[in-house]
Amino acid sequence: MRQTCLNTVFELAKKNKKVVFIGSDLGPGVLDSFKKKFPNRFFMEGVAEQSIIGMAAGMAFDKFRPYVNTIATFITRRCYEQVAIDVCLHNLPVTLIGNGGGLVYAPLGPTHQATEDISIIRALPNISIISPCDAHEMKHLMEQSINLKGPLYVRIARGGEEIVTKKFKPKIGKGIYLKNGSKYCFLTTGITCQIALKASEYLKTKKKIDCGVAHLSTIKPLDNNFLKQLMKKYNKIITIEENFISGGFGSSILEYASDLHIKNKPIIKITGLKNSFIKKYGTQQELLDHSNLGYMDLAKKMVKFIKE
Amino acid sequence: MRKLKSELKIKLDRRSIYLRSLVVKCLFGGGRGHMGSAMSLIEILRVIYDKVIKFNPKKPYDIQRDRVILSKGHGCLALYAILADKGFFSKKKLSTSSKFNSILGGHPERDKVPGVEASTGALGHGPAIGLGMAIAARLNNLNYKTFVIVGDGEINEGSFWETAMMASKHKLRNYHILVDYNKIQSYGPVKEVLDLEPLKDKLNSFGFEVSQVNGHDVKQLTNVLMKKNKNTKPKATICHTVKGKGFYFAEGNPFWHHKNFFTDKEKNLINSCIGER
Repeated sequence: MRQTCLNTVFELAKKNKKVVFIGSDLGPGVLDSFKKKFPNRFFMEGVAEQSIIGMAAGMAFDKFRPYVNTIATFITRRCYEQVAIDVCLHNLPVTLIGNGGGLVYAPLGPTHQATEDISIIRALPNISIISPCDAHEMKHLMEQSINLKGPLYVRIARGGEEIVTKKFKPKIGKGIYLKNGSKYCFLTTGITCQIALKASEYLKTKKKIDCGVAHLSTIKPLDNNFLKQLMKKYNKIITIEENFISGGFGSSILEYASDLHIKNKPIIKITGLKNSFIKKYGTQQELLDHSNLGYMDLAKKMVKFIKE
Repeated sequence: MRKLKSELKIKLDRRSIYLRSLVVKCLFGGGRGHMGSAMSLIEILRVIYDKVIKFNPKKPYDIQRDRVILSKGHGCLALYAILADKGFFSKKKLSTSSKFNSILGGHPERDKVPGVEASTGALGHGPAIGLGMAIAARLNNLNYKTFVIVGDGEINEGSFWETAMMASKHKLRNYHILVDYNKIQSYGPVKEVLDLEPLKDKLNSFGFEVSQVNGHDVKQLTNVLMKKNKNTKPKATICHTVKGKGFYFAEGNPFWHHKNFFTDKEKNLINSCIGER
């Protein structure tokens, strides 16, 4: 998914002379093809996240389209004030690409686990957030990123995720139904989509429960029309995110619902990471299981929720 | 560190006093403001706008213009004074400073004030934004220059030194940092809070061509800022200044860094220094 994201930036750079790439001491060989073809528009700066965000803002003031890339925790936590002031306050078209959204860097510990990037970036005005679930979705959304007038945060998952959006033409700001259900539905973002699909499959085959899966690759701004229809259709909805539940994706859905005036509002339960630093290492899957975000956990949660 | 003698001795000419009177309009209109921080900056801005840069107040964001970022955003009353003086907006607006509907806040905002290049106030941001603009000039084959004015307390921020390394790496000869070295930060003397010395050596070692001037001496400032580029190094000018310059009771006094109230006695004192009665 990361490769697809960066390759799409290269493709955008071929079509648009204002596209520049800025990285902060990424791994050797990143976007070598870009560097070779457009050496003047490829910037590999040092471990200086605060300054590369300001630099991107300065270039965007002069009509460039900077795509800035580093590890998700460093492009959100480390330079939060620069993102808030230099980029968001000025409402500049700077795209921030965060590698390893969620628990991807599981073995590297809490310094590298992006467990609240959605929450903190969502709190800032003007910026949009996308969290694609697979490479197909990533490619389409990144192609559209060049059309945005303001800042964008792109949350990248591990890569190699099963492609589940192939039959769609994903659009920034638009939700999709991956699976229709009767009264119950999972609402996902990022790779929790694939987990929900597995949970839904299990519920259908083992429990005879018809549970839908709706997916929002754009966390901000929310697709209000899509959510309104979703909330009219389903009685019980569980949101799933690989992020702290404090202030994250689920919170944004509850905020939306609190201001929604329809008859028979659904009951919404939010699931995600609890608000504590994770004390284990291992793999992303192990940490998801440890955080009760495996597909069986979600299936059980839905069964219990239905009974409540 | 140099002693302040020469900075204190400089006698301000009519234009410098006039620009200070415009700052006083903001201070009295809004009833507050960073007085000491603005008064140390006046000659730096005056020389930049009077002698050095190209700009057009009718087209404040013309692509060919030179860029001036006041990174020490709390010194904005001095910037408002020079921008109003140059016709970017009406001088009548100065007395609305800090009021509900004013375009002039306690820190400058680009989308509100014509001529402001970047919204600043959170310290240590301007140098990197200016760096981006200087790189953009190179990519666009434009020959504008970028000046970034930082405060002495401001360069406690690590982001300043990150950007300093980057400016040198990119050989940004069109990039110029000016340090308003008034020796007093919010709590007290820079030397006690977090000493910057040896500042010239530090900037030198980061790859800058460094000059030092009396930051209230118009001639010295003009000479340094008009000097032709002889190499590819970014430039840094350490401007030795006096906090509250021109107001003897406020000079070098941290209690005049920011004021949110003026007694009648203080107003009279201030007026007496700008020739108002």
